[in-house]
Amino acid sequence: MRFFIIIFLFISSFSFSAENIELSKAPVDLTDNQSLQRGARTFTNYCLNCHSAKYMRYSNLQDIGLSAETIKNDLLFTGNKIGDTMSVNMSMKDSKKWFGASPPDLSVVARSRGADWIYSYMRGFYRDPTRPMGWNNTVYVNSAMPHILWELEGEKILNPKTKKLEKFSSGKLNAKEYDATIADLTNYLVYMSEPDQLKRKKMGYYVIGFLLLLLFLTINLKKEYWRDIK
Amino acid sequence: MQILTGIFLTMYYKPDAAQAFASVEFIMRDVSFGWLIRYMHSTGASLFFVVIYLHMFRGLMYGSYKKPRELLWLFGVAIFLLLMAESFFGYLLPWGQMSYWGAQVIVNLFATIPFIGPDLAEWVRGDYLVSDATLNRFFAFHVIALPLALAGLIMCHLVALHEVGSNNPDGVEIKDTKDKKTGIPLDGIPFHPYYTVKDLTGLTVFLIVFASIIFFAPEMGGYFLEANNFVPADPLVTPSHIAPTWYFTPFYSILRAVPPILGSQFPGVAAMGLSVLIFFFVPWLDKSKVRSIRYKGILYKKWLAAFVVSFIILGYLGTVPSNIWGQFSSIIPLLGGVDVATFVARIFTLVYFAFFIMMPIYSKKDVTKKVPKRVTM
Repeated sequence: MRFFIIIFLFISSFSFSAENIELSKAPVDLTDNQSLQRGARTFTNYCLNCHSAKYMRYSNLQDIGLSAETIKNDLLFTGNKIGDTMSVNMSMKDSKKWFGASPPDLSVVARSRGADWIYSYMRGFYRDPTRPMGWNNTVYVNSAMPHILWELEGEKILNPKTKKLEKFSSGKLNAKEYDATIADLTNYLVYMSEPDQLKRKKMGYYVIGFLLLLLFLTINLKKEYWRDIK
Repeated sequence: MQILTGIFLTMYYKPDAAQAFASVEFIMRDVSFGWLIRYMHSTGASLFFVVIYLHMFRGLMYGSYKKPRELLWLFGVAIFLLLMAESFFGYLLPWGQMSYWGAQVIVNLFATIPFIGPDLAEWVRGDYLVSDATLNRFFAFHVIALPLALAGLIMCHLVALHEVGSNNPDGVEIKDTKDKKTGIPLDGIPFHPYYTVKDLTGLTVFLIVFASIIFFAPEMGGYFLEANNFVPADPLVTPSHIAPTWYFTPFYSILRAVPPILGSQFPGVAAMGLSVLIFFFVPWLDKSKVRSIRYKGILYKKWLAAFVVSFIILGYLGTVPSNIWGQFSSIIPLLGGVDVATFVARIFTLVYFAFFIMMPIYSKKDVTKKVPKRVTM
């Protein structure tokens, strides 16, 4: 009897669903160095003015195929050394006063928010005159962050009837190019959240391979010893 | 393994509220193979519980707690308790949001104890809220006090085992039938080489699972390392949903399921405490004449199955917010407006406790089969 109740409760439970914001799937490919490099460029040019990535060193960018020279010449803007971490000069106190919230550090944001969230968030900005910065976001409602990339994307507005975003003015990029830029940026953030993750997976295959070999040996060893037990 | 990786982690870890989170990221990025050591430690903690839960389940199945192995079982439950404390203290150390608020919730459980509660919670924290002082003392407990106590208890567990010998799936006392000349149990085989090689195989299987998680899914979909814990602890921002790590969730569910009485959450806390401590009494709750499930009747099997099901469902419910399945519609009398998940958790909390409380009755009534004198295969 109890089991019927369990089963009944389980089936009935699926009819309830928690409401969630629809996130778009981020096309993450960490083996694509070109994409990661473009993402790094966007990141250092735009995000790194307000957001720090204080656990990430510039020199780590050599992992994604950039030379020390390129990093020094094209990505270091603030007189930092290449071994430094990606810090910003804006103080938390000031930014809190200016924006209402301090821009969070982005070193591991891809692990706390997830790639899909970032990808959707960066494509979810729209004009909202009621907000102090003049911008709002469909993914993170009433986000304090203004749309930094609006020159690239152009402006969008929220249609109050359909609850969908509509184009208001054009930017330097068309919609497809903008999505690609954000995809690269997201890709880069995922890489930055754990720079060694490709190395980790590669090593995993060797370790598992070795262990399978060991398993074969131990199984046979066990059989050999247990043969005389009846 | 936890001790070995722990040693290397403490070389770089800084138990300081201002530096803890950064030092963990330092280990992950700048220390050579620091990520590997850290993932081994975090995954190891979770798998330790997997192994311990399986070990306890085996004990329940084959009646390994029954006379003369009561002491062995008691040491085992004590180890389980200490291990819970050990992992709880360790979980605060990365100083992420979930660490911080998890600790806040658990320490506040003490505050619900009538009369002495608030002072006790303050004494545990060493401050009015979870802070640097708390972090430092938890660090001390995690790396010195509890590992020492655990090592001691594991010693006792093994000594107690040697005194009475291992149980077997038949639940037959092998020392009852000995070879007349040598005095060696006829049904026994030496631990070495037979069990050393057998365990070597088991160990390898374990390592394969372990390595697959470390190298391919160290976060285990947010169950082993939670997403929120990649945000540094912030005492001013409470996360919308606080859940303990998966191995605590069955007990956490019980805590949430018990309704407060007179505005005090203490009954829930007491129920949660009892849900763990009740394991101590199992040797005396089971009145069955036989040990192993092989010879126990259908009643015990049904109850054990119900217990396992409720443990798993409570465990799942503990990881999600209690409004996940919405509320009952207000038309239904009595239940209107109650969270469905909370209601389900209440039912399974009852099943969980019934397994223990009813044990003297059903284990006595249960029709058992006759146990053979010698071990079958």
